[in-house]
Amino acid sequence: MTDPLLRLRNLTVEYRAGRRWTPAVRDASLHVEPGEFVSLVGESGSGKTTLVQAALGLLPPAARQSSGTVQYSDVDVTGWSDRRMALVRGNYVGFIPQDPNTSLNPVKKIGQQVIEAVKFNETKRRDAAAWRDAALESLRTAGLADAERVFAQYPHELSGGMKQRALIAIALAGKPKLILADEPTSALDVTVQRRILDHLASLREELGIGILLVTHDLGVALDRSDRIAVMQGGLIVEEGPTARIIEDAADPYTRRLLDAAPSRHTGRLEPATGTRPEDDSIVLRAKGIAKTYRLRGRGRRELRALDGVDLAVRRGTTHAIVGESGAGKSTLARILVGFDAPDRTPEPGTVHLGDRELTGLGHKALREVRRDLQFVFQNPFTSLDPRFTVERIIAEPLRALQIPGDRRARVVQLLEAVALDESHLGRLPAELSGGQRQRVAIARALAPNPDVLVLDEAVSALDVSVQAQILRLLVDLQGEFGLAYVFVTHDLGVVRLIADDVTVMREGAVVESGPAAAVLAAPEADYTRELLAAVPGTRPATVR
Amino acid sequence: MTVLTAPRATRDLLRQPVLVAAWVVVALAIGWALLPQLFTSFSPYTGDPTASFAPPSADHWFGTDRLGRDLYARCVYGARTTLTATLLAVVVAFGIGTVIGLVAGYFGRLWDNAIMRVVDVFLAIPSLLLAMVVVSVLGYSANNIALAVGISSIASFARVMRSEVLAVVGQDYVKAAYGAGAGRLAVLARHVVPNSLSSVIALAALEVGTAVLAVASLGFLGYGSPPPEPEWGLLVAEGRDYVAVHPWISILPGTALALVVIAAHRISTSLRKDPRR
Amino acid sequence: MLRYAALKTGRALFVVWAAFTLTFVLLFVLPANPEDLLFDPAELNTIPPEVREQVAANYGFDEPVLVQYFERLGRALAGDFGNSVQSGKPVTEAVLGVLPNTLLLSAGALALAALIAYGIALTATSTRRPWLRNLVESLPSAAVSVPVFLSGILLLQVFAFKLGWFPAFGSDGPASLVLPLVTLAVPVSGPIAQLLVRRFTAELESGYVTTSRAKGATREQIVTGDVFRNASLPALTITGITFGNLIAGSVITETVFAREGVGRLTQTAINTLDVPLVQGIVVLVAASFAFINLAVDLVYPLLDPRLRATLALEAR
Repeated sequence: MTDPLLRLRNLTVEYRAGRRWTPAVRDASLHVEPGEFVSLVGESGSGKTTLVQAALGLLPPAARQSSGTVQYSDVDVTGWSDRRMALVRGNYVGFIPQDPNTSLNPVKKIGQQVIEAVKFNETKRRDAAAWRDAALESLRTAGLADAERVFAQYPHELSGGMKQRALIAIALAGKPKLILADEPTSALDVTVQRRILDHLASLREELGIGILLVTHDLGVALDRSDRIAVMQGGLIVEEGPTARIIEDAADPYTRRLLDAAPSRHTGRLEPATGTRPEDDSIVLRAKGIAKTYRLRGRGRRELRALDGVDLAVRRGTTHAIVGESGAGKSTLARILVGFDAPDRTPEPGTVHLGDRELTGLGHKALREVRRDLQFVFQNPFTSLDPRFTVERIIAEPLRALQIPGDRRARVVQLLEAVALDESHLGRLPAELSGGQRQRVAIARALAPNPDVLVLDEAVSALDVSVQAQILRLLVDLQGEFGLAYVFVTHDLGVVRLIADDVTVMREGAVVESGPAAAVLAAPEADYTRELLAAVPGTRPATVR
Repeated sequence: MTVLTAPRATRDLLRQPVLVAAWVVVALAIGWALLPQLFTSFSPYTGDPTASFAPPSADHWFGTDRLGRDLYARCVYGARTTLTATLLAVVVAFGIGTVIGLVAGYFGRLWDNAIMRVVDVFLAIPSLLLAMVVVSVLGYSANNIALAVGISSIASFARVMRSEVLAVVGQDYVKAAYGAGAGRLAVLARHVVPNSLSSVIALAALEVGTAVLAVASLGFLGYGSPPPEPEWGLLVAEGRDYVAVHPWISILPGTALALVVIAAHRISTSLRKDPRR
Repeated sequence: MLRYAALKTGRALFVVWAAFTLTFVLLFVLPANPEDLLFDPAELNTIPPEVREQVAANYGFDEPVLVQYFERLGRALAGDFGNSVQSGKPVTEAVLGVLPNTLLLSAGALALAALIAYGIALTATSTRRPWLRNLVESLPSAAVSVPVFLSGILLLQVFAFKLGWFPAFGSDGPASLVLPLVTLAVPVSGPIAQLLVRRFTAELESGYVTTSRAKGATREQIVTGDVFRNASLPALTITGITFGNLIAGSVITETVFAREGVGRLTQTAINTLDVPLVQGIVVLVAASFAFINLAVDLVYPLLDPRLRATLALEAR
């Protein structure tokens, strides 16, 4: 039997923290065979990226590999200098980075960057035309049909998906036997993600290269891999063929991940206490919302973000707005809560909360509306003032809206509602985890006892297991307080868990709208079908 | 700083000997300025003409000048002149600059445009040159130097404050505050000002160093209080004529000045690395 | 792009005009008796009133302020800032006479400063020894902290008086340029070095460097091929600070080394309250600043395709 393409044995990597070294990867062993698709799954901080960096010899200066070996085929590269490792990288192992938007040199043309990748891995000298041909071929292999045009473009002229393909071309340029991909699609829309992953899978079949995919998304791993390794707290807690993991995960953490993955659920979550009122009265209604942004500068260039959107939210239910980037869903959310105003022409769009009209209200009148209509931001790391304690953050609406009563008691009550307690009162946001912060943000939104909560991608920045907890919390709160949610998300999997109604949007317009169960089961629009098919973890793994 | 983090902060400080040394230098300079008689028994104004140009010794740590005055004493007393002028300069620049920057950044549009065009003009004239012109109009004195240095740094404070305010106003937590029902002024006072000030305060600390330098430079050029008043820049200027034979007369006061500026810079950098940011 | 250029040019012209107006207000309007500034303060009380009136009439101080303003502005547009009170020479001639000296000094110092700054940035980001990195990183803040007059005097003491390698004073021959050059370069290099260290560190940690290394490039190839250019571009954004440091530094350097130049001329002009000369110098400096900034604003988009793209979008 031949050696595997990559074999990591008992790898331990430590980071310097002050004077001490704390391990990020502990005693990890992993291997990738020729032509094999292996996924390494873990949440943020699990050490999965560090493991890939160690394999490539690209650890940051603050990290060190304290034990274990890295072996490519029959060559042990442990402890190799940067100069020697440079011969392995690109040539033997290609790398696809996480964020295509920052991973290309912004001031160099794509062609130049691919040519470099060819040159660094070629010992023979060739003429300019030959380099160019090799680079073009690589771009084509990466799925860029229009290679000549991309060749002469700068990164900022390409979409995220095309940039990621250019990066794949760079990774392939040295004709490697193995590709390491670190979250290659997490910055991309689901439909683009699907096409990129399809392409990676086809490369494996056509070129016979091995792939190690690092991802936080168990669904992606289940869809694609031959084998899956699960990482938690620097340890590889489970490793095995995909089919075995699905049917018989041995490790409790793996089972938790499997349970948390939205795609593994079929129906809506039900609240633990209380019942959801079956009430068809409309609590929030938007009609004919359009929004045009005028671009700066001369001329009348306009960006149509929203185009005649209607929306009706029933009391005590969840209405999901789903779409990819550029769909206008966040703009709509901002207009719903009055952060932004819809166009007045040609016809004024309107938003009604109950029978109160929100559009055109002044600052003072809008403040009154805030009692009943609150907003939760996507990123809990930026939506809390870093200088405020948890108590001041949650008390802010009570104070601003002059809500009578014992403020501290109310804050504690709210903290308990979001499953935190009094001990958090004096903490600063920096002292909380991402999930805790989002709970605080939700508590703040609940403070004035609103009827409607607009949540803009409120769980997207969180790890899957935390995301599952927050979703659970939201469903329970809804049962308890009879809240209506407008839930903006890009993730159809989450919609299945939480939504009663769903509106699918694309490029500023509504594609399809209706009861969630009906839309998900039998979508009418092609685009909805495409979105559904792209949700990871919905198709059986291709087990060899 | 909360009670909880105080011991940690002290411990962190002790791990950075350079930072500790910087604080010591600044504390010493402030001590000189507040209570000069505690640090030296010599007079800065009268000396023993027979002991002119004495080299540094156990009696005269920095030596003596042409009139036999103790140079260490002149340095100690000079701290008051120089540091008072510096403080005044920074207060003027910080006070006015911050308000201007806040108005430009928060009220935006017309205000912003008008204010920033004026700021552009002040930035186009190097601050030392502007300070020289201002001091020539106001007349030579330590206070006028302070005013001139202060006025010439208003623009840079305004610019930093404006960009900080713009950055903070764009933050989600400011929108969240509006969403919580807070009014414009409440948001300004509770969120925008506190969060934008932190980096302006770091600039102020840096500006202390720069202002000491500017004050001393103007003193060196002879625009400050006239002799025999001790002032750091003037001390260096006075020793300049004898630098070939008695170098310490210029170099020791100059070094004291340089140490204070370096210390101020070091402290300013440590402020910028606020752990909460 | 055209609109952008027009806007930037307009702003530059505004700055020059405003600098003229500002100095006019400061020097001709604010003082109660501007003609007093034309006399030696010590002799002011001995000058008979009719002489003062005569002088005031000569300089047009008896006319309404607005008339004076437009008259002076009109002549300034033609390059005439009046005559120096002290020497009687036209201001323009006095300034242009010493300008080459200062230009030579500043250009040389700027080149040297850039060299020092790159040296510091490359050493700090390429060394693997933490103590060396810390040491080198502390150099820029020391460079801006040491007063120019002190470093000048130190250099004089060591290299002119003790070692006798270079002449102490004067402005003849290349040897006399060395010490002033070094003196001026040190404070100018500080902010540039600080920026470069920050940019090099940030660029080396950025995603595209990882991509390049994964391509198989060595560290040296990445520094020369990618990082050097990307980290250097932002240095253009502190042109203003650099220019200010050069001007302030040359005032002091030229005083310490008794060199002919605009800086020393400024100092003399302020000392003798030579009002027309002061105004001429301030306007000249502001104009150079505005021009240099304009040049940077116009060149930057050519060097950075991202900026070029946003401009093209705006102008379309």
